[in-house]
Amino acid sequence: MEKLLEQFSLGLFFWMLVIFVALIFLLKKFAWKPILDAVNEREEGIKNALLSAENAKKEMQNLKSDNEKLLAEARLERDTMMKEAREIKEKMINDAKTEAQTAGQKMIEQAKASIESEKNAALAELKAQVSTLSLDIAEKLLKDELSNKEAQTKLVEKMLGDVKLN
Amino acid sequence: MVISKKPLHFIVATLVAFLPLVTVANPTNDSTIVEHTSVTTETTTVHHEEESKDLKTEIKEFINHHLQDSYDFHLFSYKDDAEVEHHIGFPLPVILWDNGLHLFSSSKFHHGESAAESNGNFYRLFHGKIYKVANAEEQVAVDAKHHATNEKPFDFSITKNVFMMLVVSIIMFLLFTSLAKSYAKNGGIAKGAGRFFEPIILYIRDDIAIPNIGKNHKKYMSYLLTIFFFVWFLNIFGLTPLGVNVTGNIAITAGLALITYLITTFTANKNYWGHIFWMPGVPAPMKLVLAPIELLGTIIKPFSLMIRLYANIVAGHVVLMSIIGLMFIFKNWLGSSLSFVLAFALSLLEILVAALQAYIFTMLSALYFGAANEEHHHDDAHH
Repeated sequence: MEKLLEQFSLGLFFWMLVIFVALIFLLKKFAWKPILDAVNEREEGIKNALLSAENAKKEMQNLKSDNEKLLAEARLERDTMMKEAREIKEKMINDAKTEAQTAGQKMIEQAKASIESEKNAALAELKAQVSTLSLDIAEKLLKDELSNKEAQTKLVEKMLGDVKLN
Repeated sequence: MVISKKPLHFIVATLVAFLPLVTVANPTNDSTIVEHTSVTTETTTVHHEEESKDLKTEIKEFINHHLQDSYDFHLFSYKDDAEVEHHIGFPLPVILWDNGLHLFSSSKFHHGESAAESNGNFYRLFHGKIYKVANAEEQVAVDAKHHATNEKPFDFSITKNVFMMLVVSIIMFLLFTSLAKSYAKNGGIAKGAGRFFEPIILYIRDDIAIPNIGKNHKKYMSYLLTIFFFVWFLNIFGLTPLGVNVTGNIAITAGLALITYLITTFTANKNYWGHIFWMPGVPAPMKLVLAPIELLGTIIKPFSLMIRLYANIVAGHVVLMSIIGLMFIFKNWLGSSLSFVLAFALSLLEILVAALQAYIFTMLSALYFGAANEEHHHDDAHH
């Protein structure tokens, strides 16, 4: 202990305190503060980067699921649209078919009716002609009968040859 | 007294801290080791007795000289063919306060061989200290115990230790400012030599300061970082052949411990003083008994810091130099090479000790700061 006390140098103690305290303050200002700040900043930066990466990942996942949802919706819509279109097509075809059928039927019926009426008219005319002809024939016959029997038959035959049913 | 939330951590730290007190080899013990081994050599080499004794005292003196501070930066000495000693090194300025400032180069002492004259006063070196003498011829008077009785002027010289502290301070300043600047230049990533020290800085912050001090650690960071690197660098310089023994000087460790004590005392909170003067959770008479013990404890803590660092470094230097000295005493291929291997192994150990002591000093300082900053959160522990 005595040796220790003897060794203790006040001047060295004084210089040690001066140098060391000055070194603490100098390093604090020019080294430790900037170093610790930079390290903290870097750590914060890393933390933020990790966080934002995580967020981006989540966002990507959300987007992906959104996309899938949209795609599914679109697919569904397309299906329904196609189904509708098919239905409309079939309906249109059916409609056209029935319309055409009815129109055809109508036309046939009209034709039939007109044919009937034509036929009736023709028959009526025929009847009228036949009746006039018969009357004429009868008249002429009667006239010939009155003159010559032979001539009369000849006449009748000739007349009948002229008249062709049509 | 509850110091730490982590008792295991604390126990390990104290165990490591007190280990050197048990295993410390103080100088007197060591010189007996040297004597003991030299006795064996004396029996084998009788005709070398005279020479070996001279060598022994020379080694002893050399070790003592190495442990002491000095007024010049002495690298080595040699004797030329004409048996004249040459000293290689450079002188350092001597600053004395003796009724006025005296400033002169230590080369005036001529390595203690002559008295130095400054402004009409004469000074003489005696066992590494400066004493005032009446004139150039007078020697330093000694008493029966071989202690100098002459007047000692106030000595503020830039000694070898002061010079070395300045060198280390400059190295630290340049190193860490360049590290600080490299962050801005490289976008937050360290570059250059300082890069090696960044993990250590982070270690001190994350594993010393934050676990021991807690949320208030920021205001102590500058001190903890400075003291760690200061002690570490000086310890490492002490192991180089430059032969500086700064941290093995009681004045240096006393200064470091004093600063730790002052910071602890002046940043302590109410809770800390409450635990010292009026320990909660114990009966009133015990409180009266505990108060002086606790108060003494606040001084013992930095005192142990001082002694621990000093003793470790001195012990390391003495043992290492004694073993190196053994090489010259043995002077045979077996003993000398054996002591060389031993010295080599011990040097490796000393490198570890250099870092370990810096770590322990920082760690315990942080522990004391943590105790001074502890919040009153362990109420339930007293029930």
